[in-house]
This record gives sequence, structure tokens and C-alpha cells, in this order.
Amino acid sequence: MRRVYLDHAATTPVDPEVAEAMARVYRDVHGNASSIHAEGRAARALVDEARDQVAAAIGASPGEIVFTSGGTESDNLALRGVLKARRAERDGLVTVATEHHAVLDTAHDLAEHAHVRLTVLDVDRDGLIRPEAVAAAIDERTAIVSVMHANNEIGTVQPIAEIGALCRERGVTFHSDAVQSVGALDLDVRALPVDLLSLNAHKFYGPKGVGALYVRRGTRLATLQTGGGQEKGRRTGTENVAGIVGLGVAMRLAAARRASEAARLTALRERLIEGVLARVPDAVLTGHRTLRLPNSASFCFRGADGPSLVAALDLEGFAVSSGSACTSGDTQASAVLLALGLDEATAKGSLRLTLGRSTTREDIDALLDVLPAIVARVRGASAVTA
Amino acid sequence: MSRVFVAMSGGVDSSVAAALLAERGEDVVGVWMRLVPAGSQPDAPRCCGTDEAGEDARRAAGVLGIPFYALDYADVFGREVVGRFVDSYAGGETPNPCVSCNQHVKFEALMRDVVAKFGADRLATGHYARVEHGPRHRLLRAQDTAKDQSYALYMLGQRELARIEFPIGELPDKSMTRAIATRFGLPTAAKPDSMDICFIGGDYRTFVRERAPDAFAPGPVERADGTRIGEHGGIGTLTVGQRTGTGVATGERLYVLRLEPDRRAAVVGTREEISATTYQLRDVRFVADAPPAGRFRTEAVLRYRGTPLAGWVSVQADGATLELDTPALVAPGQAAVFYSGDEVIGGGVVSRIPAH
Repeated sequence: MRRVYLDHAATTPVDPEVAEAMARVYRDVHGNASSIHAEGRAARALVDEARDQVAAAIGASPGEIVFTSGGTESDNLALRGVLKARRAERDGLVTVATEHHAVLDTAHDLAEHAHVRLTVLDVDRDGLIRPEAVAAAIDERTAIVSVMHANNEIGTVQPIAEIGALCRERGVTFHSDAVQSVGALDLDVRALPVDLLSLNAHKFYGPKGVGALYVRRGTRLATLQTGGGQEKGRRTGTENVAGIVGLGVAMRLAAARRASEAARLTALRERLIEGVLARVPDAVLTGHRTLRLPNSASFCFRGADGPSLVAALDLEGFAVSSGSACTSGDTQASAVLLALGLDEATAKGSLRLTLGRSTTREDIDALLDVLPAIVARVRGASAVTA
Repeated sequence: MSRVFVAMSGGVDSSVAAALLAERGEDVVGVWMRLVPAGSQPDAPRCCGTDEAGEDARRAAGVLGIPFYALDYADVFGREVVGRFVDSYAGGETPNPCVSCNQHVKFEALMRDVVAKFGADRLATGHYARVEHGPRHRLLRAQDTAKDQSYALYMLGQRELARIEFPIGELPDKSMTRAIATRFGLPTAAKPDSMDICFIGGDYRTFVRERAPDAFAPGPVERADGTRIGEHGGIGTLTVGQRTGTGVATGERLYVLRLEPDRRAAVVGTREEISATTYQLRDVRFVADAPPAGRFRTEAVLRYRGTPLAGWVSVQADGATLELDTPALVAPGQAAVFYSGDEVIGGGVVSRIPAH
């Protein structure tokens, strides 16, 4: 059966050029990047090159890039590292109800176990946070504000430039989880007042298990791991050379393709959104209508349940996900969707379609051909259960 | 090609059921039913609806290379199986949760979803029973009568049976099931068999007590003539037919003859006092969707793995009466299942209300 992959927000296929660069490392470069000898220097050169590539793609300097194991670690390092570094003077953390679990659960953990004062802000029905709400939540003891750039479930893009600017005025460190948007949106830290930025290679055609945290020079960040002192002590542990090389190449490719891909995907996304809203009765678009990722379309179909929609579409050859991306058979409504003010019966019927480099107009049309009947079937069966 | 869904519990039987269907070249899809809410601590370590069982089911499906989905049935299981179980004990009956699960969860909620949501034609499970498909579908005991589970499937009618497959029921014995699991390299090959009440780990009384404390208020133990001979710890602790542990020093072997929940009384007596032959049944179902006759001979099985007892069934509009040839103590709440040889004819739930 022909498969159509529409789950690029979950992960993306590794670009062949990335895979080849990584394979070359595994084949030819076995040194430890910290070693003095020729083998070590060869590995170090590759790590340096990748650091340059990542830095160049976001307008940072190479010294501001810390390699990590991925988005979750980057978020943890940002929140925990800043609060630990600033704890003598400031203990406040402000974040938003629609953040990824890597931020939200970390924030709650810090509030519970590290005496951090946590403020979680609500969003409007489009998933947007108003900068004024952030400004109002900041006080003289706020250490860090964390607001994601683009939401993983609903694609809404937050006004992080405004939020970053007001944080800077008040001496508050600003972190943004940009895992979904790096590679898709233009991000330049020379123009954007952000102090910390999390990113993850596998969201832009790189390998899983490697990511980075951008740390603006001068940002106070304590270390969480102790050990051999790699990454200037900010993230100690032997470098994942092949992964880091993959991240660098993926970042370079994403930067080169960004503008044309964004335009192409936005057009496909519009075709998809308009098609779904026209063909499926009682379909609700979740997230902001225009301030959203170029590749992200997300919906709720009241009376259907997300996991069943995903399973039924999978059997028809379409890889998609539900807002509550989940394989454990748990139909709890997504906290993000409930935060938009959707009722539970609507939120449970969520479907997320995220496009990517391989997506064609034919893929979108094929999905639009099968979706109305599948939603009707799942709705019909669910109605009896409820 | 027609598509068959297999309800995979994470145990060896349903894994082998999936393997046999896949080997036949069928378009097989594995589905695992979540039966307890995600992340909650189940009472029973081996409940098939827990995260761990779901992992086992997923791994087995992975070995077989079939699509696999986890679906959430915690609500319906909690209501129709656990809820009924507790209510039944609290009402002086002895429930059979496997019957409730088959009736309301597997062959109603899951069957409906499989057919309506996913457009499948059939549903297979790892039950030890056989379906003989034909103009009239028949439900039969498993080849391996020692493992037979047809008792708990009596409620299946023609509509359900038309879509059901029990591949395991055709196997001669359990060792064959395990051998097949080993041949397919299924990780579930050496998993122990599930326990009687899958969702309860320890004593069922503790489980019921936490949910229906009233069923554990003490009450009188009486002889049939009304003489009070002691006190019991609550009707939730007692089952009709059980030897009483009331410690009454009469030297006689006493059995619970009946429970009267309205006044919390347990009536006990000797084996000789067991005189009941006639029982009223409710929720009566027939595999053929209709009884073979208004009154018919049968061999009735009155508890899981029970010995068949000969008798008559008389069908009424709102149930049926079972008249046994010889007296027997039957616990209300249990299923009375009518057999003709190895064929299941139908059954019902034994009522606490005396037969009319």
C-alpha cells in the first residue's frame, strides 16, 4: 500500500545527505573529540564545523551553541540551569499552559522540589499569549520566562520578539522552545531578543537523539551534569560526533531550503485546511488561522476520538497523529486543546496533519478523499459509546 | 481481502490466535484494550488491561509484523465489569466478571468499534471455544475441554458469531498453544495463564469492601427454621454453596443455603437441607437467537468449569425457569449455561428471586 506520511511534527525522515555525512563519521572518524592526537583532532574538527553550521543558521556565534541530546534536554538545561544560576537573587518562573511537557513538567517539578515560584499563563482560543499578560506576570524576582516559538500540537506561533523585548527590559532571562519552528521559520538571534533557544535535529530531517541549546553570550546558566567538562562545562559528556555532524548538515540544508519550502508548504496547508473545513461537517480548526507553522494543520472533530481516527487512517495508508500523540490507548483530552477552551468531547476528537518535504498536492487530495468517510464512521461508532 | 481484528491481551493465547490468522494469510490487525485508566496502579499485577500487558501485546504484534493499536475501554470496563461485580456482591449475589466482560466489553463495545470504526469484517480472540460457521452459526466447547471457556460466551447470538473467530479453540491442548508461540518466536510464549478475576490482585473481599463497605456490615447466621446460630462479617464475604466459616460448634457441616441482603441474613444448613431444584433465570440468551422449544431438556453448567447437571428449561417472556433433576445449590449471579453435548444452546443469569 502507498504510504502518505503526514506526521512531520512528530519526526521527519533523515535527509540522505545527512545520513551520508553521519555514515562517513561512523566509518572513518573514530576519535574522541577531546583527544589530543590526530584521530581526536579529526573528530573535533567535525564538531567545530557542525557548531559553525548551527550557529550560522540562526545568526549566533559558534560559542553560543551547546550540543545536547535533544529538545527535552535543552529545555531542562535552560529552565533548571537559569533558575539554579540565579537562585540567590531571583526565583520566579513564568511560562504558558500550552508549552510542551518538556517545559511544563519541568516547571512543575521545579515548583514542587526546588522552591521555584511558578506562574502558568493562559492562552486565548487561538493558543496565543498576549505579551501584556507576560509583562503583568513578571515581578522583580522573576528569573526566567519560557514561551515556545511554535506549538507542536496546534502550530500557533507566539509573538516571541515582543515577549523577549519586555523580558530584556526587566532583566529577565527569556527562553523559547523552538523545536518545531527551527528549520521552518526564520529565526535570527541577532534580531530576536531571546537568550536561550531549544532545538532538535530530528524535526528538520536530522537524526534523533541530538539537539542544541543556543545560549546568548552573558546568559547565566548553571551546569546540571557533572563530569569531564565538555561543551565548556555546560553539557558534559563525550560528544556524539556523528549525531552532531548530522545536526549541522540538517541545519545547513534547512536554512538553504527554508524560504521556498515555507511558501510551498503554506500553500499545501491552506489547501488542506480549506478542504477539511469544506468537506467534514462540524470540523474545527485548532490554533490560529494564519499565525501558524507553514506545515501544520490541526483539527477537532467533535464526537470522534483521536486515537481511532489515527488508527483508521493508518489502515488506509496515512500516517497522522492526534493532538494527544499517544500509543498507549489513552483517550485523555490534550491539555493544550483544553487550554484553548475547547470542551472535552471536542478536544478528544483531535487530529494533527503536519506536512513536509515529501508532501505533494496529490497526498493532500488523497487524504481529503478518505477523511470525511473515516470521520463519519468513527463518529457514528463513538456516539453509541458516549 | 477481508480484514480481521484480533483482541490481544498480552497473553499467549491471543498472541497465538493472531499468529494463526496471520499465517493463514489473513489481513490481521492487533488491538489491545486499555481496561484501567492510564498510569493508575492496577490491583492485579496480571490484569490484561494494564500498561505492561499492552507492551506485551504490542511486542507480540511486532514479532508478527501486523498493525497494532491500543484503544481505551477503561470507562466501559469500569462500569460494566467492575461496577457490576461490586454491585452483585453487595446485593448478595456471586458475579461472573468474565461473562460481563465478554458481553459488554469485548463482543459489544469492541465488536462495534471494529466493525463500525475500522470497517473490519471479523473479530478474533484467544478464547478456548469453537464457532462452526454455517447457515446457523454454532458455538461449541473447545477441543481442549480442560481449557474450555464456552461457558462465559453463552450470550453470543447469530449476529456476533457471524463475525467471530476463536482460532485457539481448535487446538488440541495448551501445550500446542505454547509450542506455536515458540515457533513464531512470540515473547509471550512462556507467560503464565491469567488468573480467575483478572482485575483483582489479592482477596476479592478487600476489593469489594473498598467499593461497597455496606456489604461488610455483620449480620445474623441462621438455620432454615430461623434459629440464630451466629454472626457473619457481611454478605459480601459469602457465596451460596460455600462451607461456612462461622465456627458454629454443632459438629455439622454447614453450607450457605441463601443470602437475604435486605436483612443481611445468611441462611445455612446441612447438605441434606439442600432441596432446591428450580431456579429462575434472567437475561436469557440463545445462541440461535431463539430457544429450541418452549420447554427443552438440557445439561446445565452452573459455574465456570462446573459439572453439567441434567434438567429442563422452560422459556418465559421475561426469562426462563431451570428445573434440575436433582437438588443443587446454585449461587445467584452466576450464569446457568445450557449445553447439548459440546454445543452451547444459550444461558441466563441465576436470579435471587425464587422461580414462579
